[in-house]
Amino acid sequence: MNDITGHLLIVDDNKVNRLLMSRSVELLGHKASVAENGKIAMEMLSSNSFDILLLDIEMPEMDGFEVLEALKANPHLRDLPVIVTSSVEGLDNIVRCIELGAEDYIPKPVNKILLNARVSSCLEKKRLHDEQKRLLNRFATAEVAQDLQESGFSIGGKRLTATVLFCDIRDFTSISESMSPEATIELLNMYYTLMFDAVSSQGGIISLMVGDGLMAIFGAPKAIENPAQSAVSAAQDMRNMTALLNEESALSGQPQLKIGFGIATGEVVAGYAGTQDRAIYTCIGKTVNLAARLEAYTKVAGVDVLLDEETRKHLADPDACTVIPSVDLKGFSKALNVYAL
Amino acid sequence: MIAPVLDPSVFAELSDTMGEDFARELVTTFLDETPQMLATLTDAAARGDGDGFRRAAHSLKSNAEVFGAGRLADLARGLELGGLPDGSAPLQELQQTVAVTCDALGQLIHE
Repeated sequence: MNDITGHLLIVDDNKVNRLLMSRSVELLGHKASVAENGKIAMEMLSSNSFDILLLDIEMPEMDGFEVLEALKANPHLRDLPVIVTSSVEGLDNIVRCIELGAEDYIPKPVNKILLNARVSSCLEKKRLHDEQKRLLNRFATAEVAQDLQESGFSIGGKRLTATVLFCDIRDFTSISESMSPEATIELLNMYYTLMFDAVSSQGGIISLMVGDGLMAIFGAPKAIENPAQSAVSAAQDMRNMTALLNEESALSGQPQLKIGFGIATGEVVAGYAGTQDRAIYTCIGKTVNLAARLEAYTKVAGVDVLLDEETRKHLADPDACTVIPSVDLKGFSKALNVYAL
Repeated sequence: MIAPVLDPSVFAELSDTMGEDFARELVTTFLDETPQMLATLTDAAARGDGDGFRRAAHSLKSNAEVFGAGRLADLARGLELGGLPDGSAPLQELQQTVAVTCDALGQLIHE
Protein backbone atom coordinates (compact mmCIF):
# COMPACT_ATOMS: atom_id res chain seq x y z
CA MET A 1 0.00 0.00 0.00
CA ASN A 2 1.10 3.57 -0.59
CA ASP A 3 1.17 6.73 1.50
CA ILE A 4 -0.08 8.83 -1.39
CA THR A 5 -3.01 7.30 -3.17
CA GLY A 6 -4.52 8.46 -6.40
CA HIS A 7 -7.35 7.96 -8.86
CA LEU A 8 -6.03 6.41 -12.06
CA LEU A 9 -7.76 6.16 -15.41
CA ILE A 10 -6.83 3.00 -17.32
CA VAL A 11 -7.35 3.25 -21.07
CA ASP A 12 -7.19 -0.06 -22.93
CA ASP A 13 -9.36 -1.66 -25.58
CA ASN A 14 -8.60 -5.18 -24.35
CA LYS A 15 -10.76 -6.55 -21.55
CA VAL A 16 -8.10 -8.86 -20.10
CA ASN A 17 -5.66 -5.96 -19.94
CA ARG A 18 -8.22 -3.65 -18.33
CA LEU A 19 -9.00 -6.24 -15.64
CA LEU A 20 -5.34 -6.92 -15.01
CA MET A 21 -4.39 -3.24 -14.80
CA SER A 22 -7.34 -2.39 -12.55
CA ARG A 23 -6.45 -5.20 -10.20
CA SER A 24 -2.77 -4.16 -10.14
CA VAL A 25 -3.68 -0.55 -9.41
CA GLU A 26 -6.16 -1.48 -6.69
CA LEU A 27 -3.69 -3.85 -5.04
CA LEU A 28 -1.31 -0.87 -4.82
CA GLY A 29 -3.98 1.01 -2.88
CA HIS A 30 -5.19 3.32 -5.63
CA LYS A 31 -8.61 3.82 -7.16
CA ALA A 32 -9.04 2.67 -10.76
CA SER A 33 -11.49 3.68 -13.48
CA VAL A 34 -11.44 2.26 -17.00
CA ALA A 35 -12.09 3.47 -20.54
CA GLU A 36 -12.27 1.22 -23.61
CA ASN A 37 -10.62 3.64 -26.01
CA GLY A 38 -9.14 7.10 -26.27
CA LYS A 39 -12.41 8.78 -27.20
CA ILE A 40 -14.19 7.51 -24.09
CA ALA A 41 -11.13 8.46 -22.01
CA MET A 42 -11.21 12.07 -23.28
CA GLU A 43 -14.92 12.29 -22.40
CA MET A 44 -14.22 10.98 -18.90
CA LEU A 45 -11.31 13.40 -18.46
CA SER A 46 -13.51 16.34 -19.36
CA SER A 47 -15.97 15.60 -16.58
CA ASN A 48 -13.87 13.91 -13.88
CA SER A 49 -10.59 14.55 -12.18
CA PHE A 50 -7.84 11.91 -12.37
CA ASP A 51 -4.30 11.86 -11.02
CA ILE A 52 -2.66 9.66 -13.64
CA LEU A 53 -3.56 8.18 -16.99
CA LEU A 54 -2.39 4.64 -17.80
CA LEU A 55 -2.60 4.62 -21.56
CA ASP A 56 -2.50 1.86 -24.14
CA ILE A 57 -1.39 2.81 -27.66
CA GLU A 58 -3.09 0.43 -30.10
CA MET A 59 -6.80 1.21 -29.80
CA PRO A 60 -9.74 1.69 -32.17
CA GLU A 61 -11.63 5.03 -32.42
CA MET A 62 -8.81 7.12 -30.92
CA ASP A 63 -5.41 5.59 -30.29
CA GLY A 64 -2.88 6.45 -27.59
CA PHE A 65 -0.88 8.83 -29.81
CA GLU A 66 -4.04 10.82 -30.57
CA VAL A 67 -4.87 10.96 -26.86
CA LEU A 68 -1.38 12.29 -26.07
CA GLU A 69 -1.79 14.95 -28.78
CA ALA A 70 -5.24 15.97 -27.49
CA LEU A 71 -3.95 16.24 -23.92
CA LYS A 72 -1.01 18.37 -25.00
CA ALA A 73 -3.35 20.79 -26.79
CA ASN A 74 -5.66 21.14 -23.79
CA PRO A 75 -4.42 23.65 -21.16
CA HIS A 76 -6.52 21.95 -18.47
CA LEU A 77 -5.18 18.47 -19.17
CA ARG A 78 -1.67 18.96 -20.45
CA ASP A 79 -0.14 18.57 -16.97
CA LEU A 80 -1.87 15.25 -16.33
CA PRO A 81 0.87 12.61 -15.98
CA VAL A 82 0.56 9.82 -18.54
CA ILE A 83 2.24 6.44 -18.24
CA VAL A 84 2.06 4.51 -21.47
CA THR A 85 1.51 0.80 -20.84
CA SER A 86 1.75 -1.03 -24.09
CA SER A 87 3.34 -3.89 -25.95
CA VAL A 88 3.61 -1.75 -29.06
CA GLU A 89 6.48 -2.85 -31.29
CA GLY A 90 9.37 -0.62 -32.29
CA LEU A 91 11.58 1.80 -30.37
CA ASP A 92 10.39 4.68 -32.58
CA ASN A 93 6.85 4.25 -31.22
CA ILE A 94 8.09 4.44 -27.63
CA VAL A 95 10.16 7.53 -28.45
CA ARG A 96 7.10 9.10 -30.08
CA CYS A 97 5.10 8.60 -26.84
CA ILE A 98 7.76 10.36 -24.78
CA GLU A 99 8.05 13.16 -27.34
CA LEU A 100 4.29 13.64 -27.19
CA GLY A 101 4.56 14.23 -23.45
CA ALA A 102 4.19 10.80 -21.84
CA GLU A 103 5.88 10.69 -18.46
CA ASP A 104 6.99 7.10 -18.84
CA TYR A 105 6.64 3.88 -20.77
CA ILE A 106 6.09 0.47 -19.18
CA PRO A 107 6.05 -2.56 -21.46
CA LYS A 108 3.26 -5.13 -21.10
CA PRO A 109 2.80 -7.44 -19.32
CA VAL A 110 3.23 -4.77 -16.69
CA ASN A 111 5.59 -5.61 -13.85
CA LYS A 112 3.82 -4.73 -10.60
CA ILE A 113 6.94 -3.47 -8.81
CA LEU A 114 7.85 -1.23 -11.74
CA LEU A 115 4.26 0.03 -11.95
CA ASN A 116 4.29 0.86 -8.24
CA ALA A 117 7.53 2.83 -8.55
CA ARG A 118 6.33 4.76 -11.62
CA VAL A 119 2.90 5.53 -10.18
CA SER A 120 4.35 6.69 -6.84
CA SER A 121 6.86 8.91 -8.61
CA CYS A 122 4.14 10.41 -10.83
CA LEU A 123 1.84 11.06 -7.87
CA GLU A 124 4.64 12.78 -5.98
CA LYS A 125 5.48 14.92 -9.01
CA LYS A 126 1.81 15.79 -9.44
CA ARG A 127 1.53 16.69 -5.75
CA LEU A 128 4.51 19.07 -6.07
CA HIS A 129 3.11 20.53 -9.27
CA ASP A 130 -0.33 21.07 -7.68
CA GLU A 131 1.35 22.71 -4.69
CA GLN A 132 3.31 25.00 -7.04
CA LYS A 133 0.06 25.92 -8.78
CA ARG A 134 -1.62 26.69 -5.45
CA LEU A 135 1.28 28.93 -4.43
CA LEU A 136 1.26 30.67 -7.79
CA ASN A 137 -2.45 31.36 -7.38
CA ARG A 138 -1.90 32.70 -3.89
CA PHE A 139 0.80 35.17 -4.90
CA ALA A 140 -0.45 36.04 -8.36
CA THR A 141 -4.01 36.48 -9.56
CA ALA A 142 -5.71 33.59 -11.33
CA GLU A 143 -5.33 35.32 -14.72
CA VAL A 144 -1.61 35.97 -14.23
CA ALA A 145 -1.11 32.41 -12.94
CA GLN A 146 -2.91 31.08 -16.02
CA ASP A 147 -0.90 33.35 -18.33
CA LEU A 148 2.33 32.11 -16.71
CA GLN A 149 1.28 28.49 -17.08
CA GLU A 150 0.23 28.92 -20.70
CA SER A 151 2.93 31.23 -22.04
CA GLY A 152 5.74 30.81 -19.53
CA PHE A 153 7.65 33.61 -17.85
CA SER A 154 9.67 36.17 -19.74
CA ILE A 155 10.54 39.71 -18.84
CA GLY A 156 9.08 42.15 -21.35
CA GLY A 157 5.78 43.56 -22.44
CA LYS A 158 3.43 44.08 -25.31
CA ARG A 159 1.30 47.01 -26.39
CA LEU A 160 -2.40 46.62 -25.90
CA THR A 161 -5.50 48.58 -25.00
CA ALA A 162 -6.60 48.25 -21.40
CA THR A 163 -8.35 50.12 -18.64
CA VAL A 164 -6.40 51.06 -15.53
CA LEU A 165 -8.03 51.74 -12.18
CA PHE A 166 -6.31 53.42 -9.24
CA CYS A 167 -7.91 53.71 -5.85
CA ASP A 168 -6.95 54.60 -2.34
CA ILE A 169 -8.46 55.29 1.04
CA ARG A 170 -8.79 59.00 1.74
CA ASP A 171 -6.80 60.26 4.71
CA PHE A 172 -5.77 56.75 5.63
CA THR A 173 -2.71 58.01 7.50
CA SER A 174 -4.80 60.13 9.86
CA ILE A 175 -7.40 57.32 10.25
CA SER A 176 -4.69 54.84 11.16
CA GLU A 177 -3.10 57.17 13.66
CA SER A 178 -6.11 56.76 15.93
CA MET A 179 -6.03 52.94 15.60
CA SER A 180 -3.82 50.16 16.95
CA PRO A 181 -1.45 48.58 14.37
CA GLU A 182 -3.48 45.33 14.61
CA ALA A 183 -6.75 47.15 13.93
CA THR A 184 -5.12 49.01 11.02
CA ILE A 185 -3.97 45.76 9.41
CA GLU A 186 -7.41 44.25 9.97
CA LEU A 187 -9.05 47.23 8.30
CA LEU A 188 -6.61 47.06 5.38
CA ASN A 189 -7.22 43.34 4.98
CA MET A 190 -10.97 43.91 4.93
CA TYR A 191 -10.50 46.61 2.28
CA TYR A 192 -8.21 44.38 0.19
CA THR A 193 -10.70 41.50 0.37
CA LEU A 194 -13.56 43.69 -0.85
CA MET A 195 -11.45 45.28 -3.57
CA PHE A 196 -10.01 41.96 -4.82
CA ASP A 197 -13.54 40.56 -5.01
CA ALA A 198 -14.87 43.58 -6.88
CA VAL A 199 -11.97 43.62 -9.36
CA SER A 200 -11.74 39.89 -10.03
CA SER A 201 -15.50 39.42 -10.37
CA GLN A 202 -15.36 41.97 -13.22
CA GLY A 203 -12.44 40.15 -14.92
CA GLY A 204 -9.68 42.53 -13.77
CA ILE A 205 -6.46 41.86 -11.89
CA ILE A 206 -4.81 43.70 -9.01
CA SER A 207 -1.37 44.65 -10.22
CA LEU A 208 -0.01 46.74 -7.34
CA MET A 209 -0.74 47.19 -3.65
CA VAL A 210 1.05 50.02 -1.94
CA GLY A 211 -0.21 50.71 1.56
CA ASP A 212 -3.85 51.65 1.08
CA GLY A 213 -3.45 52.23 -2.66
CA LEU A 214 -4.27 49.70 -5.36
CA MET A 215 -3.77 49.54 -9.08
CA ALA A 216 -6.00 47.23 -11.09
CA ILE A 217 -5.83 46.34 -14.78
CA PHE A 218 -8.78 45.32 -16.96
CA GLY A 219 -8.14 43.73 -20.34
CA ALA A 220 -4.68 42.30 -19.66
CA PRO A 221 -3.23 39.70 -19.55
CA LYS A 222 -6.59 38.33 -20.67
CA ALA A 223 -8.67 40.37 -23.11
CA ILE A 224 -12.18 41.12 -21.89
CA GLU A 225 -15.17 42.40 -23.85
CA ASN A 226 -15.45 45.91 -22.45
CA PRO A 227 -12.60 46.69 -20.01
CA ALA A 228 -13.82 50.27 -19.45
CA GLN A 229 -17.30 49.15 -18.37
CA SER A 230 -15.79 46.37 -16.21
CA ALA A 231 -13.51 48.81 -14.40
CA VAL A 232 -16.35 51.24 -13.76
CA SER A 233 -18.61 48.39 -12.56
CA ALA A 234 -15.83 47.26 -10.20
CA ALA A 235 -15.56 50.80 -8.79
CA GLN A 236 -19.35 50.94 -8.35
CA ASP A 237 -19.37 47.52 -6.62
CA MET A 238 -16.58 48.69 -4.39
CA ARG A 239 -18.39 51.90 -3.57
CA ASN A 240 -21.52 49.93 -2.61
CA MET A 241 -19.55 47.49 -0.48
CA THR A 242 -17.74 50.32 1.28
CA ALA A 243 -21.11 51.87 2.11
CA LEU A 244 -22.20 48.60 3.75
CA LEU A 245 -18.90 48.34 5.60
CA ASN A 246 -19.31 51.91 6.84
CA GLU A 247 -22.81 51.14 8.16
CA GLU A 248 -21.31 48.33 10.26
CA SER A 249 -18.36 50.46 11.36
CA ALA A 250 -20.71 53.26 12.47
CA LEU A 251 -22.45 50.85 14.88
CA SER A 252 -19.16 49.87 16.51
CA GLY A 253 -17.72 53.39 16.50
CA GLN A 254 -15.09 52.52 13.90
CA PRO A 255 -13.84 55.18 11.47
CA GLN A 256 -15.63 55.63 8.13
CA LEU A 257 -13.79 54.79 4.91
CA LYS A 258 -13.92 57.01 1.89
CA ILE A 259 -12.33 55.75 -1.28
CA GLY A 260 -11.27 57.63 -4.38
CA PHE A 261 -11.11 56.00 -7.83
CA GLY A 262 -9.36 57.16 -11.02
CA ILE A 263 -10.06 55.21 -14.22
CA ALA A 264 -8.44 55.66 -17.64
CA THR A 265 -8.53 53.65 -20.86
CA GLY A 266 -5.99 53.54 -23.67
CA GLU A 267 -2.79 51.98 -24.91
CA VAL A 268 -0.48 50.50 -22.28
CA VAL A 269 2.60 48.33 -22.33
CA ALA A 270 1.73 45.28 -20.22
CA GLY A 271 3.97 42.42 -19.17
CA TYR A 272 6.34 41.13 -16.56
CA ALA A 273 8.64 43.79 -15.12
CA GLY A 274 11.43 43.15 -12.68
CA THR A 275 14.28 40.66 -12.75
CA GLN A 276 14.46 36.98 -13.63
CA ASP A 277 14.12 36.22 -9.90
CA ARG A 278 11.43 38.64 -8.86
CA ALA A 279 8.93 40.26 -11.15
CA ILE A 280 5.33 41.42 -11.25
CA TYR A 281 2.74 41.57 -13.97
CA THR A 282 2.07 45.25 -14.49
CA CYS A 283 1.47 47.86 -17.13
CA ILE A 284 2.99 51.26 -17.79
CA GLY A 285 2.33 54.19 -20.07
CA LYS A 286 0.40 57.43 -20.30
CA THR A 287 -2.91 55.70 -19.51
CA VAL A 288 -1.52 54.48 -16.19
CA ASN A 289 -0.29 58.00 -15.29
CA LEU A 290 -3.67 59.44 -16.24
CA ALA A 291 -5.56 56.99 -14.00
CA ALA A 292 -3.24 57.85 -11.08
CA ARG A 293 -3.68 61.59 -11.67
CA LEU A 294 -7.46 61.21 -11.90
CA GLU A 295 -7.52 59.37 -8.60
CA ALA A 296 -5.50 62.15 -6.98
CA TYR A 297 -7.83 64.75 -8.52
CA THR A 298 -10.95 63.17 -6.90
CA LYS A 299 -9.89 64.96 -3.69
CA VAL A 300 -9.72 68.30 -5.48
CA ALA A 301 -13.01 67.77 -7.31
CA GLY A 302 -14.73 66.38 -4.20
CA VAL A 303 -16.04 63.25 -6.01
CA ASP A 304 -15.50 59.48 -5.54
CA VAL A 305 -14.90 58.34 -9.10
CA LEU A 306 -13.27 60.14 -12.02
CA LEU A 307 -13.00 58.77 -15.57
CA ASP A 308 -11.22 59.92 -18.70
CA GLU A 309 -13.04 60.56 -21.99
CA GLU A 310 -11.99 57.18 -23.49
CA THR A 311 -13.47 55.23 -20.56
CA ARG A 312 -16.71 57.24 -20.60
CA LYS A 313 -17.15 56.62 -24.35
CA HIS A 314 -17.27 52.86 -23.81
CA LEU A 315 -19.84 52.87 -21.02
CA ALA A 316 -23.31 51.46 -21.51
CA ASP A 317 -24.70 54.82 -20.38
CA PRO A 318 -22.09 57.54 -21.10
CA ASP A 319 -24.60 60.33 -20.40
CA ALA A 320 -24.87 59.30 -16.76
CA CYS A 321 -21.49 60.98 -16.14
CA THR A 322 -21.02 64.63 -15.24
CA VAL A 323 -18.31 66.46 -17.15
CA ILE A 324 -15.69 68.50 -15.34
CA PRO A 325 -14.25 70.57 -18.19
CA SER A 326 -10.66 71.58 -18.88
CA VAL A 327 -8.85 70.09 -15.94
CA ASP A 328 -5.08 70.59 -15.80
CA LEU A 329 -3.41 67.42 -14.62
CA LYS A 330 0.26 67.19 -13.73
CA GLY A 331 2.32 65.62 -16.52
CA PHE A 332 -0.32 66.34 -19.21
CA SER A 333 0.36 69.28 -21.49
CA LYS A 334 -3.28 69.84 -22.52
CA ALA A 335 -6.24 70.46 -20.25
CA LEU A 336 -8.63 67.48 -20.31
CA ASN A 337 -12.33 66.99 -19.85
CA VAL A 338 -12.81 64.46 -17.04
CA TYR A 339 -16.02 62.82 -15.87
CA ALA A 340 -17.49 62.15 -12.44
CA LEU A 341 -19.65 59.08 -11.98
CA MET B 1 13.10 -22.63 -31.97
CA ILE B 2 9.37 -22.96 -31.45
CA ALA B 3 8.25 -21.60 -28.08
CA PRO B 4 6.25 -23.87 -25.78
CA VAL B 5 2.45 -23.51 -25.87
CA LEU B 6 2.33 -22.46 -22.23
CA ASP B 7 4.84 -21.68 -19.51
CA PRO B 8 2.94 -22.70 -16.35
CA SER B 9 5.24 -20.64 -14.12
CA VAL B 10 3.71 -17.43 -15.57
CA PHE B 11 0.22 -18.41 -14.41
CA ALA B 12 1.63 -19.49 -11.04
CA GLU B 13 3.21 -16.08 -10.58
CA LEU B 14 0.02 -14.36 -11.68
CA SER B 15 -1.89 -16.36 -9.03
CA ASP B 16 0.69 -15.46 -6.40
CA THR B 17 0.72 -11.73 -7.05
CA MET B 18 -2.89 -11.13 -8.05
CA GLY B 19 -4.70 -13.84 -6.13
CA GLU B 20 -5.74 -17.28 -7.34
CA ASP B 21 -9.40 -16.46 -7.92
CA PHE B 22 -8.52 -13.36 -9.89
CA ALA B 23 -6.00 -15.26 -12.04
CA ARG B 24 -8.65 -17.89 -12.88
CA GLU B 25 -11.20 -15.17 -13.65
CA LEU B 26 -8.67 -13.50 -15.96
CA VAL B 27 -8.10 -16.75 -17.87
CA THR B 28 -11.87 -17.26 -18.15
CA THR B 29 -12.21 -13.75 -19.54
CA PHE B 30 -9.49 -14.50 -22.10
CA LEU B 31 -11.22 -17.76 -23.13
CA ASP B 32 -14.52 -15.86 -23.51
CA GLU B 33 -12.95 -13.03 -25.49
CA THR B 34 -10.74 -15.10 -27.81
CA PRO B 35 -13.40 -16.09 -30.40
CA GLN B 36 -14.30 -12.41 -30.83
CA MET B 37 -10.62 -11.40 -31.13
CA LEU B 38 -10.05 -14.12 -33.77
CA ALA B 39 -13.18 -13.04 -35.65
CA THR B 40 -12.03 -9.40 -35.64
CA LEU B 41 -8.66 -10.50 -37.02
CA THR B 42 -10.06 -12.69 -39.80
CA ASP B 43 -12.67 -10.07 -40.72
CA ALA B 44 -9.97 -7.40 -40.96
CA ALA B 45 -7.88 -9.72 -43.16
CA ALA B 46 -10.89 -10.43 -45.41
CA ARG B 47 -11.64 -6.71 -45.76
CA GLY B 48 -7.98 -5.81 -46.37
CA ASP B 49 -8.08 -3.56 -43.29
CA GLY B 50 -4.37 -3.38 -42.36
CA ASP B 51 -4.84 -1.24 -39.25
CA GLY B 52 -7.64 -3.41 -37.86
CA PHE B 53 -5.60 -6.54 -38.58
CA ARG B 54 -2.53 -5.16 -36.83
CA ARG B 55 -4.58 -4.05 -33.80
CA ALA B 56 -6.28 -7.45 -33.45
CA ALA B 57 -2.96 -9.31 -33.75
CA HIS B 58 -1.45 -6.92 -31.23
CA SER B 59 -4.29 -7.59 -28.78
CA LEU B 60 -3.86 -11.37 -29.07
CA LYS B 61 -0.10 -11.05 -28.61
CA SER B 62 -0.53 -8.85 -25.55
CA ASN B 63 -2.91 -11.34 -23.87
CA ALA B 64 -0.78 -14.34 -24.82
CA GLU B 65 2.16 -12.67 -23.05
CA VAL B 66 0.06 -12.16 -19.89
CA PHE B 67 -0.47 -15.92 -19.61
CA GLY B 68 2.97 -17.06 -20.80
CA ALA B 69 1.52 -18.47 -24.02
CA GLY B 70 4.81 -18.12 -25.89
CA ARG B 71 3.90 -19.86 -29.16
CA LEU B 72 0.74 -17.79 -29.62
CA ALA B 73 2.58 -14.61 -28.65
CA ASP B 74 5.30 -15.26 -31.27
CA LEU B 75 2.77 -16.03 -34.01
CA ALA B 76 0.63 -12.99 -33.20
CA ARG B 77 3.71 -10.74 -33.12
CA GLY B 78 4.71 -12.05 -36.56
CA LEU B 79 1.27 -11.12 -37.90
CA GLU B 80 1.31 -7.72 -36.16
CA LEU B 81 4.64 -6.82 -37.76
CA GLY B 82 4.07 -8.59 -41.07
CA GLY B 83 0.86 -6.87 -42.10
CA LEU B 84 -1.97 -8.49 -44.04
CA PRO B 85 -1.03 -12.14 -44.87
CA ASP B 86 -0.82 -13.74 -48.30
CA GLY B 87 -3.17 -16.69 -48.37
CA SER B 88 -4.92 -18.39 -45.51
CA ALA B 89 -2.10 -20.54 -44.10
CA PRO B 90 -0.88 -18.06 -41.45
CA LEU B 91 -4.44 -17.56 -40.17
CA GLN B 92 -5.07 -21.31 -40.02
CA GLU B 93 -1.86 -21.76 -38.05
CA LEU B 94 -2.94 -19.00 -35.69
CA GLN B 95 -6.39 -20.55 -35.19
CA GLN B 96 -4.82 -23.93 -34.38
CA THR B 97 -2.39 -22.32 -31.93
CA VAL B 98 -5.22 -20.38 -30.27
CA ALA B 99 -7.13 -23.67 -29.89
CA VAL B 100 -4.26 -25.53 -28.23
CA THR B 101 -3.46 -22.52 -26.05
CA CYS B 102 -7.06 -22.28 -24.89
CA ASP B 103 -7.12 -26.01 -24.13
CA ALA B 104 -3.93 -25.73 -22.09
CA LEU B 105 -5.21 -22.68 -20.20
CA GLY B 106 -8.57 -24.41 -19.60
CA GLN B 107 -6.78 -27.41 -18.09
CA LEU B 108 -4.66 -25.11 -15.94
CA ILE B 109 -7.62 -23.42 -14.28
CA HIS B 110 -9.47 -26.70 -13.74
CA GLU B 111 -6.54 -28.40 -12.10
